[in-house]
Amino acid sequence: MLAFAVRRIAISVPILLLSSFIVFMLASLSGNPLNELLFRNPPPPPQVIALETERLRLDVPLLERYWLWLSGLFAGDFGPSVQSNLDIGSELASRFLVTMRLILVAMLVALLLAVVVGVVSAVKQYSKTDYSATFVGFLFLAMPSFWFAILLKQWGIEFNNAVGQQVIYTIGASSVNPPDGFWSNVADIAGHMVLPTISLALISYAAWSRYQRASMLEVMNSDYIRLARAKGLSRRRVMVKHGLRNALIPLTTVTALDLAAIISGAVVTETVFQWRGMGDFVLNGIRTNDVYVVMAWLLVTATVVILFNLVADLLYAVLDPRIRYV
Amino acid sequence: MSDERTRVAEPGSAPTAGPSTPAPDREFTVAERSQFQLVLRRFRQHRLAVVSLGVLVALVLLAYVGGALWRHDFGEFTPDNSQPPSWEHPFGTDAQGKDQFAQVLRGTQISLQIAVLVALFSTVVGTVWGAVAGYFGGLVDTVMMRISDLILTLPLLVVAAMLAHRFGGSWWLISLVIAGLYWAYVSRVSRGVVLSLREKEFIEAAEAMGAGDVRIILRHLVPNALGSIIVNATILIAVAILLETALSYLGFGVRPPDTSLGLLVSEAQTALTTRPWLFYFPGLFIILIALTINFIGDGLRDALDPQQTKVRA
Amino acid sequence: MTERIDLSPEADSAPPGSDAVLEVSDLTVSFPTDDGLVQAVRGVSYRLNRGEVLGIVGESGSGKSVTSLAVMGLLAGSARVSGSVRFRGTELVGASDAELTRIRGRHISMIFQDPMTSLNPVYTVGYQIAEAVQAHKDVSKRDARERAIELLEIVRIPSPEQRLDNYPHELSGGMRQRIVIAIAMANDPDVIIADEPTTALDVTVQAQIMEALDLARAATGAAMVLITHDLGVIAGQADRVVVMYAGKLVETGTAEDVFYAPRMPYTLGLLGSLPRLDRRTERLTPIGGAPPSVVHMPPGCPFTPRCPLAQPVCETEEPEPAPTTGPDHLAACHFSERLAGVEPADLFATHVTDETALAEFARETEKRS
Repeated sequence: MLAFAVRRIAISVPILLLSSFIVFMLASLSGNPLNELLFRNPPPPPQVIALETERLRLDVPLLERYWLWLSGLFAGDFGPSVQSNLDIGSELASRFLVTMRLILVAMLVALLLAVVVGVVSAVKQYSKTDYSATFVGFLFLAMPSFWFAILLKQWGIEFNNAVGQQVIYTIGASSVNPPDGFWSNVADIAGHMVLPTISLALISYAAWSRYQRASMLEVMNSDYIRLARAKGLSRRRVMVKHGLRNALIPLTTVTALDLAAIISGAVVTETVFQWRGMGDFVLNGIRTNDVYVVMAWLLVTATVVILFNLVADLLYAVLDPRIRYV
Repeated sequence: MSDERTRVAEPGSAPTAGPSTPAPDREFTVAERSQFQLVLRRFRQHRLAVVSLGVLVALVLLAYVGGALWRHDFGEFTPDNSQPPSWEHPFGTDAQGKDQFAQVLRGTQISLQIAVLVALFSTVVGTVWGAVAGYFGGLVDTVMMRISDLILTLPLLVVAAMLAHRFGGSWWLISLVIAGLYWAYVSRVSRGVVLSLREKEFIEAAEAMGAGDVRIILRHLVPNALGSIIVNATILIAVAILLETALSYLGFGVRPPDTSLGLLVSEAQTALTTRPWLFYFPGLFIILIALTINFIGDGLRDALDPQQTKVRA
Repeated sequence: MTERIDLSPEADSAPPGSDAVLEVSDLTVSFPTDDGLVQAVRGVSYRLNRGEVLGIVGESGSGKSVTSLAVMGLLAGSARVSGSVRFRGTELVGASDAELTRIRGRHISMIFQDPMTSLNPVYTVGYQIAEAVQAHKDVSKRDARERAIELLEIVRIPSPEQRLDNYPHELSGGMRQRIVIAIAMANDPDVIIADEPTTALDVTVQAQIMEALDLARAATGAAMVLITHDLGVIAGQADRVVVMYAGKLVETGTAEDVFYAPRMPYTLGLLGSLPRLDRRTERLTPIGGAPPSVVHMPPGCPFTPRCPLAQPVCETEEPEPAPTTGPDHLAACHFSERLAGVEPADLFATHVTDETALAEFARETEKRS
């Protein structure tokens, strides 16, 4: 299995390189990073423009620029930002933590909800519970995440107004002046996470619970479930030990495949709740034609997605003895 | 089935001997129904899908016919600023006096146009891509699917934002940008379908009879994969609507003076306390469109997937 | 702990003198579908005596598997079951799931058709056998494992200790079916229902599985219901036979009655289509046509369109099983007495429509052998 993991990572490297190359080209051609400078009023002196051109490596041919960026990476240099005082690497590191904790917690919440609701729906197929869960699932599938997030935010504000004090945080990933002490700090962060987590989790939950229901139904109709029942095992044991255990296997793949979509969802959620996370970082980068910011973001997210898929594949092999990686 | 056989003897017709009820099916018979009739019958049993289809058709008519007939144009500045919903302005007006009903209808048009174009374009490209990869297998498959995987590892919204920032603005360019990424998703589905079909006996039989690649793909694979492809394309419309609105919300989609449902929500988010109608109506339209399309897709899946025979309690 | 409801032979509530472990009477099963109510089983009755082997024969769709699933209470929730199934006098139709759970595997166990899908792929076979043991007996893991090894030895699985740690996909189909048999006998049940236990297997393995079933029966003393579409499987195994057609019992009796003095044309047809080594020269007699639709069941005898003896009365009146050569030999046919001494070839045409194809086939076979 270790050999499999190593080989998978080895295969991922060229994919990563190719996609970084394509995005680098697209990003570089998609706008002039100096736009903001050029249209400034009064116009800056030509020396400033020349200096910026050189600092942003715009005087170097495109291919060479890519090479400079790539080789810089090995020295820990993510390249120059349009904002001259911004160090992309350290900025990204702090934002990465902020975004990843949102994504991971939201995924966990969505998975738990999806498994519980999906299994209950499948076991009580065509019952009122099933129909309601199905309808709620479809509703969230059809709901634009930003619309729901804005609504949640508004409810949070109204709730705070009604109570007369700040109970639910609606803006930012943490307080501007974080409280002293480790635990109050954790509480502060958790308080800020509640609404964004809900809005991000519910979108994935909708698709996953439908999936889990279908998967559970398929398993419950299989011969080995019938045999397990014929052995005289209780309904509960059959459902959990034989049904759920097998129905969870395909969900690992789906979860991993959806990670990229969740990262997209996090970009939107962060925008609504005004978090200074990776989403805000890359959107600003795109708006200001900040090629290296976009590249750094892409590199980090693509790596996370690839690693996550690898973990899912390994987990799949652990859950299903029929799968052997050699 | 049996009632269409019971015919009342018409007055004046020759009296017939024996019982008037014809003999029932003595042997196992399958009533002859065309594939289309079967699909239609199964679709009609999915009540939610039928209702959804009605609602969606009504919405489309409202957006296009209603939009053209409505007394206000979406770009028109009426003298009424920030009016709550009324007879004159059913969805109210915004701070500049624009009629929100006209805006929402226009937004619906644009969002639907984008979604349909995305679904069409990515379905055609993705299906062919996946079918070719799945059919030929081997190196062709590996290379083609690696390219799809590559696109799938990227968070589409952000890449779409980047591309739209460069090319964006008009609705059809945004469609192309979204479709240019989404086909990879379709290609996975179509490859999966083709791979499972390839194992089926009737494909082997066709091969054994000496049918060529093109004939097998066109006459055997595509018709059999059509069900999954249509279902997928339907669902894709809903997905594309959501992606487009998110893109517009972030400021990388449709730009003023034109509008889309996502842009309308985006413009209204700061006015949620003062002019909530501006926020709710476009949002509800997005939900309504995506919801009905998903239900229709679900109904189609039931109707087009013959393996799925449901025993209803 | 294991005997939460009293099912011990001493407390047998069945009428004294009766040796029946399982009594099915007037069992009816139907499923609502999009096309209407499917009547899978229509009023089937049979009795299974202690230690006896009852063969149930019929073609696919005749309701033989549904009957046994109904006995186990394992049908889908949408199935409508009526009639009575009594295990040693205890009514099983309408019994609570908890009650059935105590009987399943402990008193009545079941073997399914396809060994490739009847074992859970994610657990070792040892786990799955031990699970069956522990479901009904309060024993330690180690003891359950010991019992599992013992069971594998009974069904003649070589080096059982190592096999226990195998996953199902690592074993062959025949091996897996033996595991399923081991699971079925884990708690020394009174009844084993084997639903087409050899159908999904290679011909070469079929005899071994039948042998394993015999061993299991010998070890547990269980009575067995052997369901099959193949009369050949039943011959020499079954004490009594039930023939089913279109959800109904059409003939029943001792194996001898049914094999040597059939009183229902369908049974005769089945016998005629059975290759027999003792009558090498005769041709096989196929039964033309197909069974009726179970959705819109026509009135009258369901076998009418395929029956060479059919008369107008067969189209209107469905015959009920009635005594023929003896009080326990029942057949559902208006003209059962006419079948006395009739051979299959007298009744069914032996010719095959596609003579050329048959000739071709014969030539091919000759060339190969």
